[in-house]
Amino acid sequence: MIAINEFCTIHNVDISFINSLEQTGLIEVTTIKKAGFIDAGQLQQLEKFIRFYYELDINLEGIETITHLLQRIVSMQEEIRMLKNRLRLYETNE
Amino acid sequence: MFIDYYKILGIDKTATPNEIKTAYRKLARKHHPDLHPNDINAKKNFQQINEANEVLSDPEKRKKYDQYGEDWKHADEFEHAKQYQEQTSNHGGASYSGEQFHGDFSDFFESLFGGAAGGGRRRQVKYRGEDYNAELHLNLTDTYKTHKQTLTVNGKNIRITIPAGIENGQTIKISGHGGPGINGGPDGDLYITFSIANHPKFKRLGNNLYTTVDLNLYTAVLGGEITMDTLDGKVKLKVKPETQNGSKIKLKGKGFPVYKNEGQFGDLYITYAIKIPTNLTNKQKALFTELSKL
Repeated sequence: MIAINEFCTIHNVDISFINSLEQTGLIEVTTIKKAGFIDAGQLQQLEKFIRFYYELDINLEGIETITHLLQRIVSMQEEIRMLKNRLRLYETNE
Repeated sequence: MFIDYYKILGIDKTATPNEIKTAYRKLARKHHPDLHPNDINAKKNFQQINEANEVLSDPEKRKKYDQYGEDWKHADEFEHAKQYQEQTSNHGGASYSGEQFHGDFSDFFESLFGGAAGGGRRRQVKYRGEDYNAELHLNLTDTYKTHKQTLTVNGKNIRITIPAGIENGQTIKISGHGGPGINGGPDGDLYITFSIANHPKFKRLGNNLYTTVDLNLYTAVLGGEITMDTLDGKVKLKVKPETQNGSKIKLKGKGFPVYKNEGQFGDLYITYAIKIPTNLTNKQKALFTELSKL
């Protein structure tokens, strides 16, 4: 678990941005003794949201939409991979 | 090779700083690798855009680029001749970085400007290092049992465990084996995508294996016992009398190991291909004729 305060200091981001991400359900925050923490597994995703927001100037609604579409892309890529493997069943060996 | 940064950003040579900024933002939003998961070309495209912006958004660099662009190979000579003190200070324009794009510039850029410039990022923060992507080619039999393999990635030897049952096209993450972190950030990860070659005898679909076994006519008609190879050694099969060509049987648990479920296996599906005897002797022909008249 990573303390949100520490994360914000290191990444130089506003804590309100993290709160907004939590409110929209894009990240999960665990509160322990009134301090907010995020799971290390969410770190990569959170860094991506920061790049969207601070570097590409995409607002929260945009981030939500993009995240949803990216999930669809990844699941379609997985489906394509499975279908390609299925196709191999019918391919002749060269 | 000369790179036309104006063409990359789709702007005229007379473009104002605002036009450059607008063009860059538009292209950055379109080509940012975060928006193109698992696309190995995305990073390359984005780097070109980033590099073009790095040069054109900085007045000093733009001036040098405009002056020497086509003659970039001789830029340093011209510079020395003019005893010009090369400008090395940071520049102003905003530049999108992203975790894996620090310090990656083309040879053209480095020849003209002497390596990656420092500033440009809007926030001086700790970043994870670059994620590395690698492809590992294996045979189907290599993935039948969990084994360790040593890979060389960027000059470093990494010993990884390849779990049995991994699928073609599947990617595994080796944490912390990517590029070093920036400004004290954590190291990136190594992503290995497996490319598994087709096996000449066995086809794989998920955890199941499919194969075709030749059966002679006599065993097919009368029944009997045959021995066949599996990936786990030889097995004996009882063949029922009057087995038809193309009929299928299933050997439970003789398929492929289930990924990360030790001891669990898929099934092996066998299709019989009945082979009609050739080069019959006269006696055999006579017997078949007799048989046909019964």
